[in-house]
Amino acid sequence: MNMDSGTLVEWVLGSDAGFWWRLAGVATAWALPITLWVSLVGLISIWLERKISAHIQCRLGPMEVGPHGALQTIADGVKLLAKEDLIPEGADRMLFALAPILAFAGTFVSFAVIPFGPDLIISDLDTGLYFLAAIGSLEAIGVIAAGWASNNKWALFGSVRAATQVVSYEIPLGLAFVTVAAVAGTLSMTEMVEQQSGMFWNWYMFRNPFMPIAFILYYIASLAECKRAPFDLPEAESELVSGFHTEYSGMRFAIFFLAEYAAMYVVSALAVVLFLGGWYTGIAPLDQALSASPLWGNVVGALVIITKSFVLIFVQMWLRWTLPRIRLDQMMHLCLKVMVPIGMFVLVLAALWQALLPYEGAVANHKPLFPAVGSIAGLAIFVLLTVGAWIWVRNTIRATTSFKSANYRI
Amino acid sequence: MERGAIVAEVRKAFGERITEVDEAALEPFVRCEASTWPDLARFLKERCGLDMLVCLSGIDRGKGVGLEAVYNLERCDASRVGIAVKIRVPYEAAVIPSVETVWRTADWHEREAWDLLGIRFEGHHNLVRILCAEDWEGHPLRKDYKSPDRYHGIKNNVV
Amino acid sequence: MSSEATSTAALAPGGADLRTEEMLLNMGPQHPATHGVLRVMVRTDGEMVLDCEPHVGYLHRCFEKHCENVTTLQAVLYTDRLDYLTAMGNNWGFCMAVEKLYGPELVIPERAQYIRVICQELNRIASHLLAIGTYGMDVGAITPFLYCFREREKILTIFEHICGQRLNYNYIRPGGVAYDVDDAMLALIGDFCSYFLPKIDEYDDLLSGNDIFVKRTANVGVLSAKLAIDYGCTGPVLRGSGVPRDLRKDKPYGIYERFEFDVPVGSGEHGTVGDCFDRYMVRVREMRESTRIVRQALKSIPGGEIRSAKIKAKIRPPKGEAFTRIENSRGDLGFYVVSDGKEVLYRVKCRAPSFHNISVLPEISRGSMLADLIAIIGSLDIVLGEVDR
Repeated sequence: MNMDSGTLVEWVLGSDAGFWWRLAGVATAWALPITLWVSLVGLISIWLERKISAHIQCRLGPMEVGPHGALQTIADGVKLLAKEDLIPEGADRMLFALAPILAFAGTFVSFAVIPFGPDLIISDLDTGLYFLAAIGSLEAIGVIAAGWASNNKWALFGSVRAATQVVSYEIPLGLAFVTVAAVAGTLSMTEMVEQQSGMFWNWYMFRNPFMPIAFILYYIASLAECKRAPFDLPEAESELVSGFHTEYSGMRFAIFFLAEYAAMYVVSALAVVLFLGGWYTGIAPLDQALSASPLWGNVVGALVIITKSFVLIFVQMWLRWTLPRIRLDQMMHLCLKVMVPIGMFVLVLAALWQALLPYEGAVANHKPLFPAVGSIAGLAIFVLLTVGAWIWVRNTIRATTSFKSANYRI
Repeated sequence: MERGAIVAEVRKAFGERITEVDEAALEPFVRCEASTWPDLARFLKERCGLDMLVCLSGIDRGKGVGLEAVYNLERCDASRVGIAVKIRVPYEAAVIPSVETVWRTADWHEREAWDLLGIRFEGHHNLVRILCAEDWEGHPLRKDYKSPDRYHGIKNNVV
Repeated sequence: MSSEATSTAALAPGGADLRTEEMLLNMGPQHPATHGVLRVMVRTDGEMVLDCEPHVGYLHRCFEKHCENVTTLQAVLYTDRLDYLTAMGNNWGFCMAVEKLYGPELVIPERAQYIRVICQELNRIASHLLAIGTYGMDVGAITPFLYCFREREKILTIFEHICGQRLNYNYIRPGGVAYDVDDAMLALIGDFCSYFLPKIDEYDDLLSGNDIFVKRTANVGVLSAKLAIDYGCTGPVLRGSGVPRDLRKDKPYGIYERFEFDVPVGSGEHGTVGDCFDRYMVRVREMRESTRIVRQALKSIPGGEIRSAKIKAKIRPPKGEAFTRIENSRGDLGFYVVSDGKEVLYRVKCRAPSFHNISVLPEISRGSMLADLIAIIGSLDIVLGEVDR
């Protein structure tokens, strides 16, 4: 299993075994590990969400089942399995049953093009990014179907909100994709990661002064794609009871739940691939030493990409347990009137930069220890944005405290 | 405008139509007939500036007296000067003109007094029960009220 | 040809056959954001609220009827269940009405007066904490809720030590209070005040200064001062509309005239005067003011009796009628008490602030979004136990 023979799936598909054998081979090579991985990601991130939210809120979270409640999710999964499968009267039974599967399938298929290491990718499509953009919104169809099929007004509200959210966030998300593609010159996931080898300033994130902005756009839009706070409008438990999955219980609900957490991983892993150097640690000598051995390159690469993804997932959780929910019109305003124009500018400027100042660090031979102009500018912009955001938040908070009440004194 | 001044104004404007004034009581009040009430209410709000209807209490005064509605009015400024208006109606004709257009508070309060005491407020746009169930029978706060033995098959356990 | 034209028209945007319908939405009595068993019938056009009508009464427990059947002392117990988040205030309001029947000869002992103020203000803080926490939850921020409950828990523990109860205190009785408070407890309350003030900054960081929170609440549910007065709104709802009416200042009851505190009012910091943000902010600032009052009271609390000897164990209020109001955490809580000289009161009528505050909901929610409706209900901070009585 190395670069010459392609990925395992391609090898299976290319063999001269019979059709059914090849199908079984693909299923084993692709579906089984991914199913296991999706379940594992679900387990880990649900547990993480519980513990992180608990610690943010000065609680302990689950402590009873397993060490620090690590097995709580499994216990809950068993409980959900054993629960009665309810279909409300007047529901569209077929659509109702189909919706969670649709929602899950969209996320599940995305894993096909998300790499875990130099060779650990199910299918290294030339059009990987395009495929992801297309398949990513499939989940929304499942959500819309769920709300419609439930025959419940709250669920309907949730699904209509989901539809609104899709048409709003997909555009800035697409613009961020195109910006990366313009800089990368390719749509293949592995090739994009290869271009980001070397020191961390080679990452697309810092490739030119506009990429940090593209990353922030992508991250905000990805929050909306995962229906995470502050964009959790389709579920909005305080407004719509539970939104689109109000009527779902038992295993069907669990599938929705799993799809949500799997989607969190997908968008985070994608952010890592597109902006944060994929499986490279960002320290050139270390990467060079590792890539000498294909085994270690893949194992450490997978660890690196998963760690980076979980850091981003942690940020998602952090945001969720900190921020209030924005309103539907505010969400559309943000996506369509703020993020789309910024995305347009970023795309044009990043493409211009790429055309006028092509990246000097020839990547293939891992030697750009001298950062290009673009990287310096990119890093500077990133730092500037971070500090600026911090100052802005502090000022907003200071401007609005109850201390401003006239002649307040103790 | 002090309470005394308000009472004087009211007396001047309404004369005989004010049947009783008691400024020495714990809760100083003026009393009038139900028919005077809409005029008095408008007068108190517009001329005396009592812009807040604080409370409307319905009271069953017992046999021989009838039902009474007590309106606690107040001016919503630092003086918080206020006065109560009492209107007494007999059981057989427990009808008082509604003042929901004068003070919007009266809307729900009149519904409550109707619900619990059976005082009918004439001219109210939607005089339906507010606290009890829509199909409840009787007016619970009347002194002769007997709680039903059963309500929709639910047994009344109150002795 | 004609049929083809019709079908095209039907598909065209804005075509004759393309029409939208209003939706009648039944929010509650079981809904996470209705703070109890409030039922709101909402007529919506998409996410837009065209009209709404609150239906109350799901929690009607015949409080007033009960009071006609139990003795005056037993009735104090029932007042706990009105606004169950500020039971101290309910006790006090009812007892004040009963005490008024006794006339000016009845003097409440100094120590009892101070204890009443301390308990009432602590209870106001606890109630506002819950209001702020759940309000954060209404707009989607779950964490502040837990923070608020952390502090509220400390107050409830203090109350548990004082009177044995965490929620339904039955502590303030006609003529005084039920039990004395020892010095250790007073020291603990002082410690709480020092602990609590920095915590308010945390809420400011998490909610008041949060841009999303401000955007969600500013200019939403604007209640003009005139409308608020017309609907009889009181408490933080009225003060949020910029009307500085507080009974503790205007008609000081108990010993409130001895304390120095400000009455925070809404000023439209981020939008219009009387919007949800103003109502929220008034509550946050009131917590600071309450802490101030508690500290002053702790400094000057005297020793001595805690119950007036004039009120015997068998309470027989003199004949008469009294209407008194106190500034409870949700507004003016009034009791109209009619006594015919017996142990059982002839009639008790409760003027509940939430009953008035919720009645203004249709006026201020018309034309807002569905999410705003939740924010508005939360900002009115109603307790259904008191609305339905």
